[in-house]
Amino acid sequence: MSMLSDFMFISAGLFCIGIYIVLSKRNAIQILIGIELMINAAILNLVAFGKYDDLANSGQVFALFAIVLAAAAVAVALAIILNVYRQYKTIDPAKVERLKD
Amino acid sequence: MNINQVLFYVMGFTALASALIVAASKNLVRSVFMFFVTLFALAGLYVFALADFVAVTQIVIYVGGVLVLMLFAFMLSNKETLNSLQNKTGNKFIAINNMAALLAAGLFLVILVNAIIKARPDGIVWIQHAQRVNPPRTDNLGNIGVNLMTNYLLPFEVISIILMMALIGAVHLSRKEEHKL
Repeated sequence: MSMLSDFMFISAGLFCIGIYIVLSKRNAIQILIGIELMINAAILNLVAFGKYDDLANSGQVFALFAIVLAAAAVAVALAIILNVYRQYKTIDPAKVERLKD
Repeated sequence: MNINQVLFYVMGFTALASALIVAASKNLVRSVFMFFVTLFALAGLYVFALADFVAVTQIVIYVGGVLVLMLFAFMLSNKETLNSLQNKTGNKFIAINNMAALLAAGLFLVILVNAIIKARPDGIVWIQHAQRVNPPRTDNLGNIGVNLMTNYLLPFEVISIILMMALIGAVHLSRKEEHKL
């Protein structure tokens, strides 16, 4: 039963889709979705290996920590995106080129 | 091939397909709602890895918190700006523009798949040992709680402080300041 490598293949696919979204989209919210996809691919690997760690549960515990960190990152990033929109009237990261006026 | 494996592959296919739709769709709302589907399928995959607590946490935090925040930010940023942003990129122009990203992601996928095949994760010594000595249990929720309060107490406290710092920072960033504009 080779479920572990299947988990890893799914996680690799999700990570590459996340890379593609981050590199190709022109919208800050979509780029954030790509980053979340990559974080979720990493969490999937943690959980898949943590299945075999019954005593210490390190995989699942650190998956929980990673989920909390991702949520905190999303909160801060969305606050920054709203500030950028208020200043520049756009959320295209390529168009935000002035640092301070 | 029992029903467990069939369900597992259905979940994995759903996760990958909805992630591809997120990547392919030009409509922001559609991609956010397909991201819902990806997160639910990932929660199902966590259940197959005997991590039901992580699955429930994933649903509560991501679907309940993160996606609502994303929709909120999408509605606060103006609609017509988003429309002009989406319509300006023509169809053949975007194909040339995205070729580099597609190439990078595809090559990285080739590298990752090669590494996974070469690593042979089912033949790792400690995993075979764990499968032989103690087969994976399903009732490890209490064990997670005990470990969280004993072995991983320091990361637990550190992450609570980081979470508080992030929330205060987010509130401070999104506060309206008159003189700054």
